[in-house]
Amino acid sequence: MKAYNLMKISFYSRSVNEGFARGALAAFLAQADPTVPELADMKTAVSEAVTNCIVHAYPQQVGLVYLTAALYEGGGVKITVTDRGVGIPDVEKAMQPMFTTGNPEERAGLGFAVMQSFMDKVRVTSTPGKGTRVVMTKALSTKQ
Amino acid sequence: MAQVMFTSADDLLAAYLSGEIDHHSAQMLRQQIDAELSARMPARLILDFGGVTFMDSSGIGLILGRARRMQATEGQLVVQQAPESIKKMLDLAHVEYQ
Repeated sequence: MKAYNLMKISFYSRSVNEGFARGALAAFLAQADPTVPELADMKTAVSEAVTNCIVHAYPQQVGLVYLTAALYEGGGVKITVTDRGVGIPDVEKAMQPMFTTGNPEERAGLGFAVMQSFMDKVRVTSTPGKGTRVVMTKALSTKQ
Repeated sequence: MAQVMFTSADDLLAAYLSGEIDHHSAQMLRQQIDAELSARMPARLILDFGGVTFMDSSGIGLILGRARRMQATEGQLVVQQAPESIKKMLDLAHVEYQ
């Protein structure tokens, strides 16, 4: 199915851009008229995915994070967050709740669990040394 | 942008959080709360989320980290005034709130 509208942005993996990514996504999604909880869910999922890029994909350097959002007839939304960072050796393990390679004192290890809980579908593909792609979809309850 | 304001009385410290809590802002909030905890050593820490407009799992990390600190001194942590928008996140992480 072809998207009727699409946006693509890229930005440095600086933590200040977590808020920028949420704001940009929200501004784009407004035209699809999501409910307040639906919009909050998608902003939260994107915040998690972008934070993963900043904390895990580019631990020692600044790299680019690519955010794409696509809108489909009937209210479908597809959000893709891609990096060209270190990659994830074991995606299945990384997606287990409470698993984190970050500071366990301060990171809850819930990023992927949140994405899965707040979106309808989450697909993660990763190649160590090349990067990671997270594709998330949600069907809005709007009449679009 | 997130902010935190403090009030204290006896052995109680209350931290009133507001704004958007993400990985970026959580670092600053953590430093400010921990500085107050070290200075006052309260028996009870209240984290008030009444003014929080957005929170991702970095906020859970912030809560769990402070809970560990309070447990280390046999103190108590209370999460209160959570707006509807962040209850889903707290529920997912099994964080109790008032």
